[in-house]
Amino acid sequence: MTNHAQPYGAPAWALHPKSIALVGSVLGLAAFWSAIPPFTARSPLVPIVIGVLAIAAGLWAVTRGTRRLGFGAIAAGVLGLGLGLLATRSSSANLQVVFRADLVAQVLVFATPLTFGAIGGMVSERSGVVNVGLEGMMLMGAFWGVYGADKGGSWVVGILTALFAGGLFGLLHAYWSVHLRANQIISGMAINFLALGVTGYFFEQLYGNQNIPAGVSSIPNVKIPGIDHMAFIGPAIGDLNLLIWVGIVFVPLSYVVLFKTPVGLRVRACGEHPRAADTVGINVYAVRYAAVVVSGMLAALGGAFLSIGFLGGSFTENMTEGRGFIALAAMIFGNWRPFGAWGAALLFGFSTAIAYRLPVYSSSAATLFQALPYVLTLIAVAGVIGRSVPPAADGQPYVKQ
Amino acid sequence: MSEQAAPTGNVPPEQEPSTDFVVRLGIAQRAGGLIVPIMTAVLAFLAGGIVVAATGHNPWTAYKGIWAGAGFNWLFHIPWDTNTIHLDAFNLSQTLLTTTTLILTGLAVAFPFRCGLFNIGGQGQYLVGLIVANWVGVSFASWPTAPHVLLGIGAAALAGAVWAGIAGFLKATTGAHEVISTIMLNWIAIWGGQYLFGQGGPLQNTVNPAAPESGTVVPSAHIPVFWGSPVLQGLDYGFFVAIAALVVFWLVLNRTTLGYEVRAVGFNPEAAAYGGIDVRRKYIQAMAISGAFAGLAGALDMLGYLFQFGVLDVQASQIGFLGIAVALLGRNTAIGTGIAAFLFGGLLYGTTRGLNPNVFDPSLAGNLTSMIQGLIVLFVGADIFILYIWNARRKLGLRRRAQAAAT
Repeated sequence: MTNHAQPYGAPAWALHPKSIALVGSVLGLAAFWSAIPPFTARSPLVPIVIGVLAIAAGLWAVTRGTRRLGFGAIAAGVLGLGLGLLATRSSSANLQVVFRADLVAQVLVFATPLTFGAIGGMVSERSGVVNVGLEGMMLMGAFWGVYGADKGGSWVVGILTALFAGGLFGLLHAYWSVHLRANQIISGMAINFLALGVTGYFFEQLYGNQNIPAGVSSIPNVKIPGIDHMAFIGPAIGDLNLLIWVGIVFVPLSYVVLFKTPVGLRVRACGEHPRAADTVGINVYAVRYAAVVVSGMLAALGGAFLSIGFLGGSFTENMTEGRGFIALAAMIFGNWRPFGAWGAALLFGFSTAIAYRLPVYSSSAATLFQALPYVLTLIAVAGVIGRSVPPAADGQPYVKQ
Repeated sequence: MSEQAAPTGNVPPEQEPSTDFVVRLGIAQRAGGLIVPIMTAVLAFLAGGIVVAATGHNPWTAYKGIWAGAGFNWLFHIPWDTNTIHLDAFNLSQTLLTTTTLILTGLAVAFPFRCGLFNIGGQGQYLVGLIVANWVGVSFASWPTAPHVLLGIGAAALAGAVWAGIAGFLKATTGAHEVISTIMLNWIAIWGGQYLFGQGGPLQNTVNPAAPESGTVVPSAHIPVFWGSPVLQGLDYGFFVAIAALVVFWLVLNRTTLGYEVRAVGFNPEAAAYGGIDVRRKYIQAMAISGAFAGLAGALDMLGYLFQFGVLDVQASQIGFLGIAVALLGRNTAIGTGIAAFLFGGLLYGTTRGLNPNVFDPSLAGNLTSMIQGLIVLFVGADIFILYIWNARRKLGLRRRAQAAAT
């Protein structure tokens, strides 16, 4: 991998199989992109040519040993070619409905709770504690967030109560996993059931059968001056919720903290080899406690985004509806890495956003489309296209000697 | 150990301390199998009661209302008191209907657990069984009852086995963690069910195209009712199928080679492989058998009393997840699962439709069930915690006895 010949005087990185595979993936996207607005190529030849190029790039990379990215490029090429062909067959009026510029905004809206949940799950699992309780922690954040915003009179209070509620359940999970050395999956499932009961019970108790009163203070949108009136970018990113931006910032932030700082090294050491970490003087218990509590808080932020974020102050029982599990899937699909998880969250957000617009073609197909994240994750853990590998000590309680 | 042995030195000298200690340890270990679940349930109900009391309701009347709603009063009825017996009998029959499902979804978690696998996919396997049973029950309208019902049950169990078998196969061949793959399979089944029963879906009813619901099972595929009225959702013979499944579970696990091998893999996969057991094969078999139990649950529900299922029902259904709590509380044994299923069946029905709204608000009580369910799973996960409390109590008693003996 290191010593590559430079055949035509091009720099080594440009002809490295990895970059070729990346170009292939981009081409695969472009194959589809060419057939939808704003380009709307009507000739089937355009997506076919670009798609075949993408597949070729992927094959080239695979035969030179870059299997994971290469197969990704091949898959992107095949998908892009197929979807692009479908798009050229469809009427351009329908295409205009499905692919408006605000699709970008909608993808970000659907991806944000997943981003928070996935990064939260990653922090916990990197420290060696499996967190299948993300769904419950998210639900806690959703309810107590809107409760705090309603009673406290400000969305800031709502965020704080959500963080507290999520952190509390994180603490519970941490106590069970670290101190009592319980089975972490059992503990996580218990968190999910408990959160469902607690939020439902207190919602009924505090609000009866009425809903959350209208006009609850909710997280404001950020209007970017200068951009919000531009042609394509305006509706896409000109007027997004504050938490969406916070979520986007958290991706590089978590990457830097986890992979570039001593703190992150300690967290990852506890997840890979806790005994070794203990030997060099890292307090494994403290690190795991902190990581799981932070994980609960992040998941709760994702939940708060649902209740006091883009919908503006509302709650229904079991509001998260499995988003915590999609976040878990995004984390696994992204191979326990921040940018991977974010990419997966965007992909899953995209599939949900598309599913909401597909009914112009067929409502039953739109429903089926919602299962896509889970199918992709199943394929990813099965290792057909590059295997997802968890941290080595993920899920194993640590006993001090 | 030495801490526990110390107080025994103070007991009257005619008792041999060593024997006393060994016997007591043995009893404690054997009793741990019974004490932990009982204490778990008691603690969970206590904690639930505290929440009820803290929010300004009377926990005693609430629990009494749930008890009555579950129809448990029928068990203590005097034969000539015909005043309330009718309602109690009806409620109990409904509790047993729920118990039927919970026994099977509980076994679906318990069986792979004994093989060292955690099956969270009971909900998905249950739904797959339900969907297949609905398809069989709606089609083949000209068939007589016995083969029609048997075909529906068999096909549903097979479908559940295949669905869970995917997770077992992935675990055996690629090492994909069964928890992750069963969670994914759950959601694929949930969205798949919504697609199949939804508008324009292949299994949507043909009568009303606007309603996102399945077709109705034809009468020849209904499982006959033996207690109560068939019109009013009486208790059907599926109940005995579930009881039989408990026996089959016990027999397979404790009296067959397969069961021996499954338990061996559960204790220690490496040692089992060293002893010549094909561990990967056991993983697939254990998951497939587990899925068959869950699929059977779906079939009994569909052909026993549901007959029809809508998109909203698919979204709301939670009974497969409840199987996790049932199996864990029942310590993954046949008898334990049966008893836990009865407890949860009563709790589930007694807090929802069985509950008198004037006694306690069912919308609160339904969430109380989720809460108690969560607490039970939480406490079972930490049996060290429960045993610690139990031991603390015992130590306290011993200390008191020692003090009494000393004075």
